[in-house]
Amino acid sequence: MIVLGLAAMDNLEEDLLAAMREALEDNFPGRVASPPPIGSPDAYDPSRRQHNAPLVLKRLLTLFPPGVDKIVAVTACDLFIPMLSFVYGQAQLDGRVAAVSVARLRPEFYGLAPHPPLLLTRARKEAVHETGHLFGLVHCMTNTCAMSLSTNIHQIDLKRDVLCPACRARVWERVR
Amino acid sequence: MRAHWRILVVDDEEVMCESLAAWLREDGYAVDTAASGRDAIALAKTTDYAVYFVDLKMPGGLDGIETMMEVRRLHPEACVVIITAYATVDTAITAMKEGAQEYIVKPCNPEEISLLVNRIIKVKNLQRENTMLRKRLSRRYKFHDIISKNPRMREIVELAAEVASLRSTVLIRGESGTGKELIARAIHYSGARAARPFIAVSCAALAETLLEAELFGHEKGAFTGAVDRKKGKFELADGGTIFLDEIGDISPKLQADLLRVLQERSFYRLGGSEEVRVDVRVIAATHHDLQQAVQEGRFRDDLYYRLNVIEIRIPPLRERREDIPLLTPFYIERLSHELGKEIGGITESAMKLLLDHDWPGNVRELENAIERAIVTCRSGTIAEEDLAFLVEGRNSRPWTVPADLTLADLEKLAIEAALRRSSGNVKEAAQKLGIDRSTMYEKIKRYEIAR
Repeated sequence: MIVLGLAAMDNLEEDLLAAMREALEDNFPGRVASPPPIGSPDAYDPSRRQHNAPLVLKRLLTLFPPGVDKIVAVTACDLFIPMLSFVYGQAQLDGRVAAVSVARLRPEFYGLAPHPPLLLTRARKEAVHETGHLFGLVHCMTNTCAMSLSTNIHQIDLKRDVLCPACRARVWERVR
Repeated sequence: MRAHWRILVVDDEEVMCESLAAWLREDGYAVDTAASGRDAIALAKTTDYAVYFVDLKMPGGLDGIETMMEVRRLHPEACVVIITAYATVDTAITAMKEGAQEYIVKPCNPEEISLLVNRIIKVKNLQRENTMLRKRLSRRYKFHDIISKNPRMREIVELAAEVASLRSTVLIRGESGTGKELIARAIHYSGARAARPFIAVSCAALAETLLEAELFGHEKGAFTGAVDRKKGKFELADGGTIFLDEIGDISPKLQADLLRVLQERSFYRLGGSEEVRVDVRVIAATHHDLQQAVQEGRFRDDLYYRLNVIEIRIPPLRERREDIPLLTPFYIERLSHELGKEIGGITESAMKLLLDHDWPGNVRELENAIERAIVTCRSGTIAEEDLAFLVEGRNSRPWTVPADLTLADLEKLAIEAALRRSSGNVKEAAQKLGIDRSTMYEKIKRYEIAR
C-alpha cells in the first residue's frame, strides 16, 4: 500500500494541513501519513525575495522522512523556478517529492481580507494537483479537474478539488 | 494533442534548463534540454522539435541568435523562442528579424509562457491537420509514404520507382488489405503522368453491364436510363492512369473489351459508333492467382500477358512482421490526431500481441485494430487489454496445433495466455487451467514466465 506523507515546512494552521490531508485521502489510493514538520525550505534567493522551488525539492529528497513513499511538503513561502516569476507548487513528475506554497493562495496576497474557507479550498486543490504529478499525471484539459493547469488564482478558483474520472483512472491504473 | 510535440530548452544554466523542462513536462510535452548551442544543433539534426526555447547569452561558441539561425537552416518551419534576462530593444529587434517566434524576458509570468506555448502548438496542430487533410483530399501518395523495412518491400518500392515513368502495364498481386492501391498511386504520382488523373475502379463492385458502361462510357439512349452521353473511366483517365482493382473478377466479355483497349488504345462508347482514342496507363490488381485462372480457362491468356508486363507481388503482413513496429506508431499518431485522443504510444506487451497476430486482413486490419484500440483506450498508452478483441477473434477461428512445438512449449503458452487473461492473477489463471495455485507457481518458475 502506498503511503503518502503531507508535512509542513514552516508554521502553518493545523486546519489547513488537515484539509489538504483530507483532500489527498479523498483522491488517491493508499494511506496519508503526517510526518513531523520538515523545517524551513532553506532555499531563499535574496535577489528575488522568494524561495527557489527546484532547490526545495532537492532539499526534500535529502530530508525524506522514513515510512512514506511520496511526500508533499507545504510552505508559507512564495516559490519560484528560475524561468518563471512564481509557481504555486512544484513536483517531480512521477517522482517522490512535491512542494505546495500557500503564499499566493491567501486572499491577503492580493490585498483582500482573509477568508479562511476559501484558503482551505484552494489549498486542497493545489495539494491534489501536485500529488497528481507525483503519480505521473500531466495537466488535464478538463478545466474543472484538479489537474488542469492554473497560472493565476482565478483558474484555481474555477477548478474543483477532485480528479476527473480519466485522471482518477490513470492514478489507479498506475498503482495497480 | 501534446504528447506528440517535442520541445527543446537550450540554456547554459542547468537549473534554468531543467526547471523550465520540468514545468513543460507537467503540461504533457516531451522535453529535451541542451547546455549549449552546439548541443542543441546536434539534437536538432536527429529530432524534429516543435518549439525551441533558446537563451540569448550562452558562453563559448554559438549564442542564442546564431543557434536559432542554424536551427532554422535545418528546420525552416521551427518555432524559436528567444529567452533573455537582459532585454534591450536592439536584441529584440535582431531576434525577431532573424526569425524568432517570440522574445521573452526571464523571469516571465507562468500565464504568459503557457499562452505562448499553447498558441505555437495550436498553429502546429493546424498545420499538421492541414497537411493530412490536403493529402487525403488529393490522395497523392508517393513512395516515401510506404512504410517498410522489409527487404522484399524495399525491392518492390525500387521496382515501382523504376517503372513509374514508363507506360508499361503493371499487375499488382497481393492479398486484400496489403496496400495494392497505395502502390498504384505511388507509381502514378511519382511518374511523368502525376499531373494527369489517377482513376481507380473496383471491378468486383459492379455488375458486368454497369462496369462496361462505367469503363467505356455510353451514348445518349444506349440503354434505358442513358439520358445523356457519359464519359467512361478510360476517357476520364486520358493522359493519366487507370487502376483496375480486382481484375480477376471481370467477365469474359469485358476481358475481350479490355484486351482491345490495351492493344489498340481505343474503344467505342456503349451504343456509339465513334472510336475514342486514349492514352492511358493501366495498373491492374488482383488477389487471385491469375496464372491458375488462365490454366483453368477462366481468364484469357492473351489479356494476362498484356497485363503482366511488370508484376509486383506485395507480401502479406504476416510475412513482413518487422514492419508492424514501424506501421503501429505511424497509425497511432495519425489516427489519434484524427480521433482527437491523446495517445502517446503502445506498451511492450500490446506490441507483442500485434506481432503475434496473423493479420489475415493485412495492413488494413492493423489500421482498423489500432483505430479500435484508440477509441477504447482509457489511458494515454495502448495496452494489451485495448487489443483484447484480437485474441478473442483469434480464438473464434478453428485452432490447429502449431508444428514443431513440444508439450512443454504448449503448456508454457497456455499458462502465459491464462495469466494474460486474468491480468496476472495467478489464482484466477490456475482456476481457469484447472490446476491448483501451488502447481501454477511451480510451472511459472519452471518455465521462467514473467508476470
